[in-house]
Amino acid sequence: MEAASPAIAIEVRDLVKRYRRVTAVDGIGFAIGRGSITGILGGNGAGKTTTIGMVLGLILPDSGSVKVLGRDIRTDRHRILHRMNFESPYVALPQRLTVRQNLRVFAQLYGVPDIPARIDELARELELGEFLDRETGKLSAGQKTRVALAKALINRPDVLLLDEPTASLDPDTADWIRTRIEAFRTRFNATILLASHNMAEVERLCDNVLMLKAGRIVDRGAPAALIERYGRKNLEEVFLDVARNRGRAAALAEVK
Amino acid sequence: MNAPVVDSGTVYRRFSLSRIGAMILRYLYLLRSSWPRLLEIVYWPLVTMVMWGFLQTYLNQHSGFLAAAGGTLIGAILLWDIVMRGQLGFSVSFLEEMWSRNMANLLISPLTRSEFLIALMTMSVIRLVISTVPVTLLAILFFGFNLWSLGLALGAFFANLLIAGWAVGTLVSGLILRNGMGAEGFAWTFMFFIMPLCAVFYPVSTLPAFLQPVAWALPPTYVFEGMRALMFDNVFRADLMIQAFAINALCLAAACFAFVKLLDSARRVGSLMVIGE
Repeated sequence: MEAASPAIAIEVRDLVKRYRRVTAVDGIGFAIGRGSITGILGGNGAGKTTTIGMVLGLILPDSGSVKVLGRDIRTDRHRILHRMNFESPYVALPQRLTVRQNLRVFAQLYGVPDIPARIDELARELELGEFLDRETGKLSAGQKTRVALAKALINRPDVLLLDEPTASLDPDTADWIRTRIEAFRTRFNATILLASHNMAEVERLCDNVLMLKAGRIVDRGAPAALIERYGRKNLEEVFLDVARNRGRAAALAEVK
Repeated sequence: MNAPVVDSGTVYRRFSLSRIGAMILRYLYLLRSSWPRLLEIVYWPLVTMVMWGFLQTYLNQHSGFLAAAGGTLIGAILLWDIVMRGQLGFSVSFLEEMWSRNMANLLISPLTRSEFLIALMTMSVIRLVISTVPVTLLAILFFGFNLWSLGLALGAFFANLLIAGWAVGTLVSGLILRNGMGAEGFAWTFMFFIMPLCAVFYPVSTLPAFLQPVAWALPPTYVFEGMRALMFDNVFRADLMIQAFAINALCLAAACFAFVKLLDSARRVGSLMVIGE
């Protein structure tokens, strides 16, 4: 048994990942408490997807460690995968299978006990009923995102990783998805790590934010605290300060 | 060691037949939903059988050695189709995950590597049965060639060829995971590379001396030599089949080892997050 505080769901220490001469993640560390939502913010190539990949165990770090629910993701991955899940617009479900068939297959993979009941429950919560028996590939972008979220929630994960969950969705659908993510966290005390380019989304959903730049965490804190610290009106302005090395971001960079 | 663990309402076992069943269900759903996929499974073996069947018919019109040799042609082509379809049945199921960009979903699920490989092997048997049984029955109907008359020997041939197909399929899947879809071509061409060395249509003694040890290192060679012994001399060479099983066991173990190493390498270079070209 791993000795780790049950209050910590994800613990990352000194994580480094290099792709040949490029350092994608450069010694980052953070701990995410159970039941909280943490956002990873950063421009393209900042290291967000690589970080998520390492937390999932899909990418092996060069050094450092990742513990999820107290277990080392490198050595004990298969002991915790049934308690995790993941959603990304860059990963798809089999297009020729119906929504119900896809959910059935993944429910069985995750060891969900009463599969028909769980699918019915998700269909109600995420309003999938009208297209449950349609081929996944024939759905609209918004419907596909709902199905992908249903797959990510099929096992009621304790730890959920979301990579740009509302990318390319219209504002109404994106808002609807955010409401479901919030509801899931509240109901099941789930821990969520979320990478996003949508600052309003991060401001609304996240308890904490990690600001990534060139593979390093350059700042962190609650969205409101970051906005206040940078003397800005919203998180988007904070993001621009960090991306362009202005104001507090420039001062921090100088100190480092 | 395999006791169920219940966490957050889900049941986890170290090894799970249910997870293998889920993957088989996924591929059966796919086959059921797509008639072109079903047709593709049958049509190529059918075309090759018809082509070689006519050639055999032509050779049978001659007396002597040519007629006798002609009799083995359909047998060889049907048996080659078993190894070929065995590998393709494995590889195509694997490729379906790559084409649909579903691989990351599977790799972050509790599905283990061994369960995934077992599911792919099972699918290769299912696809092989769908393709081979109708074609062998049509060979009886059109050309009077009854592959089933080989009896128990057919079982030994079938098992050895299938395992050889799995070994190649496992290795090729590892190469695709590591190198992305740029390596997809291996799935379609690897068998043709080893075909001349497997002595499908001619005895190993026909090959140059330096290639003969290479031929004997390939399990299908033993099957085709065994088939000729059975058809020409009416002798079932059990010794050849035992040697084929032994080499197959080594090849499959080596292929599984390579698959694990290539998957680990893919995790090191980060290619699993961006599967594609």
